[in-house]
Amino acid sequence: MKRETIIQNIKIRSGKDLLDFQDKSKNRVYFTINKTILLQIAKYLFNDANARFSTASGVDTRKAIEILYHFAVDDIGLFISLRVTLEKPNLEIDSLLGLFKCAEWIEMEMHEMLGVNFKGHGNMKHLLLKDDWPKGNYPLRRDL
Amino acid sequence: MSRKIIPIGPYHPLQDEPEFFKLHVDGETVVDIDIELGYNHRLIEKISESKNFDQVAFMVERICGICSTSHPFAYVNAIDDLLGVKPPERALYIRTAIAELERIHSHLLWLGLAGHFLGYNTVWMWAWRYREPVLDIFERVTGNRQNYGMMKPGGVRRDMFEEDFPWIKKTLKDLIPKLDMFKGAIMDDPVIRMRTEGVGVLTKEDARDYGLVGPTARASGVNIDIRRDDPYAAYDKVEWQVCTHEGGDVFSKAVVRILELYQSINIVIQCLDKMPKGPIDSGIKDIPPGEGIGRHEAPRGEVVHYIMADGGNSPARHKIRAPSFMNVASNKKAVIGETISDATIILAAVDPCYCCTERMAVVDYKTGKKMMDGQDLIKLSQEKTEKIKNKLGR
Repeated sequence: MKRETIIQNIKIRSGKDLLDFQDKSKNRVYFTINKTILLQIAKYLFNDANARFSTASGVDTRKAIEILYHFAVDDIGLFISLRVTLEKPNLEIDSLLGLFKCAEWIEMEMHEMLGVNFKGHGNMKHLLLKDDWPKGNYPLRRDL
Repeated sequence: MSRKIIPIGPYHPLQDEPEFFKLHVDGETVVDIDIELGYNHRLIEKISESKNFDQVAFMVERICGICSTSHPFAYVNAIDDLLGVKPPERALYIRTAIAELERIHSHLLWLGLAGHFLGYNTVWMWAWRYREPVLDIFERVTGNRQNYGMMKPGGVRRDMFEEDFPWIKKTLKDLIPKLDMFKGAIMDDPVIRMRTEGVGVLTKEDARDYGLVGPTARASGVNIDIRRDDPYAAYDKVEWQVCTHEGGDVFSKAVVRILELYQSINIVIQCLDKMPKGPIDSGIKDIPPGEGIGRHEAPRGEVVHYIMADGGNSPARHKIRAPSFMNVASNKKAVIGETISDATIILAAVDPCYCCTERMAVVDYKTGKKMMDGQDLIKLSQEKTEKIKNKLGR
């Protein structure tokens, strides 16, 4: 699928939930979307655009937790990043585990490092931190 | 039959790097697997926020010993992406040559360990023996056998010298008959084929579902390679091919890695032949606020580094995703339904490189008795090979 087609389709499917679009370079695009349509866009990318879920990165911007979901469309070399902002203290978002299994570990990591809750994941135990790590202590948060 | 749990690890039987697999076994068949990571998790991403951008390149090198240049490569790609600038041409060729030399030594390392694991200690000894000249090249060029300190934001830290090129090319060309020998030994040996064909199969659908990358994905017929799909450094300036195989089994994974060895030698020689003269460093002084994403096709697959800069001297956020983070999870699919004696070669076939690691405890959860440890499982695998050899009258 062509680069412009994918970008247009994401814009159309996002509608008013598309908050920003950054065409950084030929192989790097960033969409800022409302968290309510994340599942829908991820589904489009995985099922229709033949994109591969590469990884997700969460960051504490002090006001909120910002998560970037990174998808790779390998046949055209395009790397699409979906930016979702979760306002504190409501740090909850849909899990992508229902779409593909490779979301499992990264969501567990973001949960234990940043305290984000992924609705529907079902297995939010510690992946990297020890089991008796103090509750409420999220290493990558900036409020420490 | 009663279910038992056989833990493998935390010292992974193949590479003695910690990783904890709990196999749930019904008789001889694996019916479930728990994968536990993280005992030696170092939170490198947080440490990165307290290092300056130059120091980060050294620090990420130490994430992994075998593919120690892969993380710095993805990191400097992320900085290039953030700045929107390309380093000097000579630096791009040097980066490519170093990365491909690393692929050669990494694949040879895996080949040796896989051989040991299957009971072919000769393959082990010879693969590691012919790995030595590659490490000698590294020592000549970078001063080290690993942790080369070559990648630098804006270029490379050290130059390569044309007077070394004839010796480097000769060393690599001398390796080719040895690769022919390994290729023949592995692909023509009926016992190795019996141990690895149809074992630990991952289909194309599994590859998509688990987001597999690298040789693990290419062995399932998934034609992806960051070097070709999202070219960087000098990969689009030299002739080479992506290697795939259709079987999805352990044998296919071995074939892909062996074929990649030939390609890597070819790429390094072309880089040396085509290397332009000129500076090796664009002299970056400051990193302005912004974001950058850098990717590199490491020996194990796609490495992704994401950098967020806020105008200061250190990354505001540094996300690192190693390829094994995707590939190791697929063991859940690959090992279920297989026998215990095949479990360990299947777990090793993704060429795991554990950035997050573990420690050892091996007990039968019902009786509390010690069942098997890593060495027992290696022995079990080697014994299976002996049995097959005897059956075939070898």
